[in-house]
Amino acid sequence: MVNSLKDHLGRHVVVVTGMGVVTSLGQGQQDNWRDLTAAKSGIRHISRFSTEGLRTTIAGCIDFLNVDPYSAPALSIAMAESAASEAIEQANIGSKGDFPGPLFLATPPTELEWPQRRELYAEESDTTFEGYDRLLSACRANKHEEMQRLFQFASVGEHLADKYGTKGLPISLSTACASGGTAIQLGVEAIRRGDTDTALCVGTDGTVNLEALVRFSLLSALSTRNNPPEAAMASFSNDRDGFVMAEGAACLVLETYEKAKARGAEILGVLMGCGEHADDFHRTRTSPDGMPMIKTIQKALVDAGVESSDIGYVNAHGTSTPENDKMEYFSLKQAFGDVMETTPISSNKSMIGHTLSAAGAVEAVFSLMTMRNSMIPPTINYNTPDPDMGKIDVVPNKAREADVSAVISNSFGFGGQNVSVVYGREPK
Amino acid sequence: MKRNDAMSKENADVWITGIGLLSSLGEGTNTHWAAMSGTAGSTVTPVLDEENYAPYPVHPLVEVDYATQIQKRGDLRQMEPWQRIGTYTAGLALADAGLAGDFEALDRMDMIVAAGSGERDAAMDQKVLESTSGESANKGHSNEILKSELRPTLFLAQLSNLLAGNISIVHKVTGSSRTYMGEELAGLASIENAYNRISSGQSDLMLIGGANNAERKDSLLIFEMGQNLWGEEFKSIWERAEAGGGLVQGSVGAFLVLESADYARARGAKAYAKLSGISSDRCRRDDGQAKDSLDSQFDKLSATMEKGDLGILSGASGTKQATAEELAFIQGLGNKGFTPIARAYGSMMGHSFEAQMPVGLALAAISLSKGEYLEPLDGSGVEASADKAPEQIMVTSVGHWRGEGLALLTSLDSKEAK
Repeated sequence: MVNSLKDHLGRHVVVVTGMGVVTSLGQGQQDNWRDLTAAKSGIRHISRFSTEGLRTTIAGCIDFLNVDPYSAPALSIAMAESAASEAIEQANIGSKGDFPGPLFLATPPTELEWPQRRELYAEESDTTFEGYDRLLSACRANKHEEMQRLFQFASVGEHLADKYGTKGLPISLSTACASGGTAIQLGVEAIRRGDTDTALCVGTDGTVNLEALVRFSLLSALSTRNNPPEAAMASFSNDRDGFVMAEGAACLVLETYEKAKARGAEILGVLMGCGEHADDFHRTRTSPDGMPMIKTIQKALVDAGVESSDIGYVNAHGTSTPENDKMEYFSLKQAFGDVMETTPISSNKSMIGHTLSAAGAVEAVFSLMTMRNSMIPPTINYNTPDPDMGKIDVVPNKAREADVSAVISNSFGFGGQNVSVVYGREPK
Repeated sequence: MKRNDAMSKENADVWITGIGLLSSLGEGTNTHWAAMSGTAGSTVTPVLDEENYAPYPVHPLVEVDYATQIQKRGDLRQMEPWQRIGTYTAGLALADAGLAGDFEALDRMDMIVAAGSGERDAAMDQKVLESTSGESANKGHSNEILKSELRPTLFLAQLSNLLAGNISIVHKVTGSSRTYMGEELAGLASIENAYNRISSGQSDLMLIGGANNAERKDSLLIFEMGQNLWGEEFKSIWERAEAGGGLVQGSVGAFLVLESADYARARGAKAYAKLSGISSDRCRRDDGQAKDSLDSQFDKLSATMEKGDLGILSGASGTKQATAEELAFIQGLGNKGFTPIARAYGSMMGHSFEAQMPVGLALAAISLSKGEYLEPLDGSGVEASADKAPEQIMVTSVGHWRGEGLALLTSLDSKEAK
């Protein structure tokens, strides 16, 4: 038993003792798992703002937390709190407002939004000032400290650090759509170094606003299959045409196996290893030979000390863009070999949409629940096989019972960001 | 989180082997040294633009020929100024460390960029504001304007992690790539993480740094919302703090190559200095908390330090409370047996948020390798002149809003030093 506290490289085994999640399917592990395994979609027509004249009019918005007025950081904070409170309660660790470790937070870059710009613009009545000069003049006249704090890049992290009493500097990070995976990776590295024996890893993203939607649309990244919204995300299917923006948050409480066992905590799963390799090919596209993704997957397997044949399920990045799904499966086949053709791979995003900065964290929770419940959530809207992919088992359209003891979860992002994380069960 | 040599003697030494600097003062280590050590003239004088952003002075970027580091025009077109500044400066640091074009090393190099994000299109924002405000407001109209005026390239130029992305594309740094956010504390945390990863053996070669473009009203606006800007005739950091406080932004790029001493020796690289320890923490900034945090961090970091002269390169922003508490901490060092020789480099280069602490480390490393202190950078009397060679310099980071930290750099044996 003593040996099981250290991994194949003599490092602390890192385990998960608490999880929390919010997606467009609902709040909490239970509701999410129920809908995810019932092949339900959380994608709807957007009601938060007018989509008149826009090519994409659907998203996975979180409107049930009643954040009013909406702003991306305010919603990101509310969702992160929901997920973190659920995870900390499940882990039953520390005491209220006193979490015994650091915070690693995947959060979207903040930016002042149109309602705030308009508010400042309206405050200054001197029309000799134009544009930003008028906004600056309004700020010279009246301090807007709360507004500034909300839109600092440290805002979400500071808020969480205050609420949960995490230790040290709260780390806010962005690796675009790989951010959730990076937050977990940073937690694992800190624990392996011995900096801490506990970490709170959070991913959150509440950025479905007009400008963000238009921006992704201009990059031709979004699905335009608006009707019905539930059918838009078609990961790995030949008719896929882009992703659907979505909001969500998730949280993992990480601990050394040693500490978790000593305090009698329930072990929800093991963080076996992480892999990362950056792509230098293009800002939004993957190297045509897939090498950075292949290296990322290979590094994760090596770090975890497992073979590809040990992986019982691939929790795909699976964004439903023509490029991602093709390159992801191609890279997996290169890294895994023939065994990939019979390894189940599914995209949670087919139901919850692409939760962007939160995706790697949200999908970590679902990867762990897959093992715990011996049930693989499906890839919905899988209608037509992509002939370029060859043999693939996407767990089409219906959840499947399966005894899975190790999962690899991929997260890839603009800017050449690639992270893969391997999750396993508690060692017997 | 606190680690230092005293706590972990078995850990790898962390060396600074490459520096890239770009600012209003010019580019490169020697230019900055000349401008701030008095060797360029009898007095040190900051470079300012006091007209274009009035009433706010800013330190404008020197004219740069980006093509020397970013050869493809297509790459340059995809970047807004902050990314150009950062990508260019990262290239300077890699070249300085002798790693530019060493693709094998770059493919295993780990990168952390401390970043805010990019520019707004001010003209487009003005158009939206004018057409959707006031009595003739038509809010639905903003959909049309945004659809027709937003450029896909601008989005990519705004994303925080796309500075790192551009560095991967242009300079081929691909071992790993992470972007920390959070104003000053992002710079501090990224250096601390690099130190921890190298000293623990998780990495042996890292690129860290950040960039700030001061010459943009949308960025000035974020900080003026809390009335953090200095909007009067320019004064230096300590003088400003006394006169009500305020920060003056500077356009800056600062990148560092950090590596384990063993890795550097094996490839025959010389170093500027050793990063001997680093510490960080946060508080809610109630009165006195920032000073208390600095005091207690200093006591832990200084446990193994020789008492006597201690260089302080202060990253103070000039905002009132943060700067006053940092000054009280510095002036209290005498009671701990240290004689502080302090320089607030923001007086010369302006404040650069995420890049501020990397700038401080760069200047400290240059100063240790030259064997001289910088000249006093203001006339407040806080900054005493000094003739002796510095052996240890502490860099401070007190965020204008959040995050406090200290980094200790020490000089290297002449055989190993640049």
